Amino acid sequence: MSDGILVDLRVIWEALVRFFGLEALVLVIGLVVILAWVQVNALFLVWLERKVAGHIQLRIGPKEVGPFGVLQTIVDGIKLLGKELITPQPVSWLLFILSPIMVFTPVLVAFVVLPFGPHLIIRDINVGLMLIFAFGGINVLSILMGGWASNNKYALLGAIRSVAQNVAYEIPLLLSAMSVVVMSGTLSMQGIVEAQEGVWFIFYQPVAGLLYLIGATAETNRAPFDIPEAESELVAGFHTEYSGMRFGLFFLAEYTNMFIVAAVATTLFFGGWRGPFLPGPWWFLIKVYILIFGVMWVRWTFPRLRFDQLMNFAWKYMIPIALLNLLVTALVMKLVR
Amino acid sequence: MLRKTLTEDSFYLNLGPQHPSTHGVLHLLLKLDGERILECKPLVGYSHRAHEHMGQNRTYLQFLPNTSRMDYLGGLCYNHAYCLAVEKACGIEVPERARYIRTVCAELNRISSHLLWFGAYLMDLGAFTPFLYAFDDREDILAILGEVTGSRLTYSYCRFGGVNRDLNQNFLDGTKAFIPKLRKRLKDYRTLVTKNIIFLNRTKGIGTVSAELARDWALTGPNLRACGVAYDLRRAEPYSIYPELEFEIPTATAGDCYDRYWVRMAEMEQSLRIVEQALGRLPEGPVKAAGVPQWIQPPAGDYHFSYESPRGHLGIYFVSDGGRVPLRMKWRTPSFSNLSILSEILPGTLVADTIAILGSIDVVIPEIDR
Repeated sequence: MSDGILVDLRVIWEALVRFFGLEALVLVIGLVVILAWVQVNALFLVWLERKVAGHIQLRIGPKEVGPFGVLQTIVDGIKLLGKELITPQPVSWLLFILSPIMVFTPVLVAFVVLPFGPHLIIRDINVGLMLIFAFGGINVLSILMGGWASNNKYALLGAIRSVAQNVAYEIPLLLSAMSVVVMSGTLSMQGIVEAQEGVWFIFYQPVAGLLYLIGATAETNRAPFDIPEAESELVAGFHTEYSGMRFGLFFLAEYTNMFIVAAVATTLFFGGWRGPFLPGPWWFLIKVYILIFGVMWVRWTFPRLRFDQLMNFAWKYMIPIALLNLLVTALVMKLVR
Repeated sequence: MLRKTLTEDSFYLNLGPQHPSTHGVLHLLLKLDGERILECKPLVGYSHRAHEHMGQNRTYLQFLPNTSRMDYLGGLCYNHAYCLAVEKACGIEVPERARYIRTVCAELNRISSHLLWFGAYLMDLGAFTPFLYAFDDREDILAILGEVTGSRLTYSYCRFGGVNRDLNQNFLDGTKAFIPKLRKRLKDYRTLVTKNIIFLNRTKGIGTVSAELARDWALTGPNLRACGVAYDLRRAEPYSIYPELEFEIPTATAGDCYDRYWVRMAEMEQSLRIVEQALGRLPEGPVKAAGVPQWIQPPAGDYHFSYESPRGHLGIYFVSDGGRVPLRMKWRTPSFSNLSILSEILPGTLVADTIAILGSIDVVIPEIDR
């Protein structure tokens, strides 16, 4: 009986492959898997964040729903889904509705080129790194849209801050990633992992690695760089007027973004899926979650920077250092090759 | 009228009365140019409950529970102050033991008030964790005070001529264990918060108040001492047992947010010293004066009493016609004067600084509005 089903499935699969082509099929299945993965990952990360925060703050965090409270975020998600989507009267409604969708969609694209393992990658595009950064830039646009369309002063202030911050921090982020590209000679994510045979790039590029991690924290609006949504100053920043699942999408995008920047950091500096004993995907996830844990630790330990101090830090220190680092890397690579 | 003064580059922002960092229902009307503040107008009165008027409509004892509802963080201090004021008017002698007990409780209350401020201030600056640490410490104090006063926040422990009941063993043991614990915690706070580079950047040189400016705006308490003026009513106009105790008045020089923070942290240590000393030489005897009349009727005249509350100079003024109910009751609460300086020091700063400065002034809204 089960044999029959398998044979049937194989026949269907072969027919589909003949009709659509293997590439397209892998892409579609990959996207479905990504969507599922993004949800599960966000649920896990939110739970982890609350547990980490709890233990840092002399509490124990969620513990009632499910074992160790793991189901707490699912319950919260259901609550968000059940809430009314309030659209205040004076908003620019098209932009207002579009913003949470636009903040979430580009996030998914990055997953296409993330190398989870030696073969576990949806498509290894030769400009993979570029693709991630390019789609990451859309994030800013949607935040500005949401903040502007809300017709709320706090939201507007949050959006303005967000744009200035993201523009400033994307530059050192790109420059530090460029240093790695100069070393590996490829923009393909899988190629960068392959180039780290033996020694991780963090040992060649400690400065770039540090700059990337700082820039990534700022890019994802995490404390101490959570200035666009600084709740003690701007109530909730750009998403002040959002409720229900629209707010949920912003929230989901934030945690997924966190995963992506950590995954890119793992690929660029920490050898991607490379590691002894365990299979590749395990190593990849372990490294990513360790990085995310570090980011959470920082969030619950430090106060928030002030806006102008943040900008000074980016333009006066990070960008010159990143530029210098890139120049030195290029020079050394030229001499070595 | 607002529209007329509005240029194209500026706009008004209503910070509060519903805002996470206004600690209640304070309303700041800010005129902003981008993020820079051009004008600030503090608007108060959202939680006005007519406490002074209530004082004029009930007997002296009936008004006692009201006192701790004004400043809910320093309720015991307000209790203490009110009892001292009435006792001074009536010439009631308080037994030695009761005076010691009152001081110990008031100082513990002061520490708990400063602890809450410490946590809330760091939360204003974006660090959430110290808040829960401070509440953990504060919880100990509330439990200790609950042992003897029977309540955790709005105390009515002091009575004219003494206190409600004597200290019990749980209180003494709890305090003995608490003092070293808080000292250790304060050390942790010094290494984790006071030396944190981001914290220093956010508070040093922000919201600077000179000693002259502070005098002009009648700033008192830790805010004044941060400007370098060593004015503390416990020393300037001593009351209760403070003249017999050894403690210092911590002062700073710059008068910025960091100094206000530092002064409060140092004050907690001094308060611990006071508690330790007072408990060490706690005399035996009654805790309530004998022969206090059932109806308090101060002789006709007007009376004033000054008290150092956790937030500064608390002045109690009442007029008696010799009856059971005062003719006039007036409270000069410190936060009201401290708050008014915002309109002077805020213009020119950023929105983020507004929160830092407002937090460092340490206002309690029900005490402003009364």
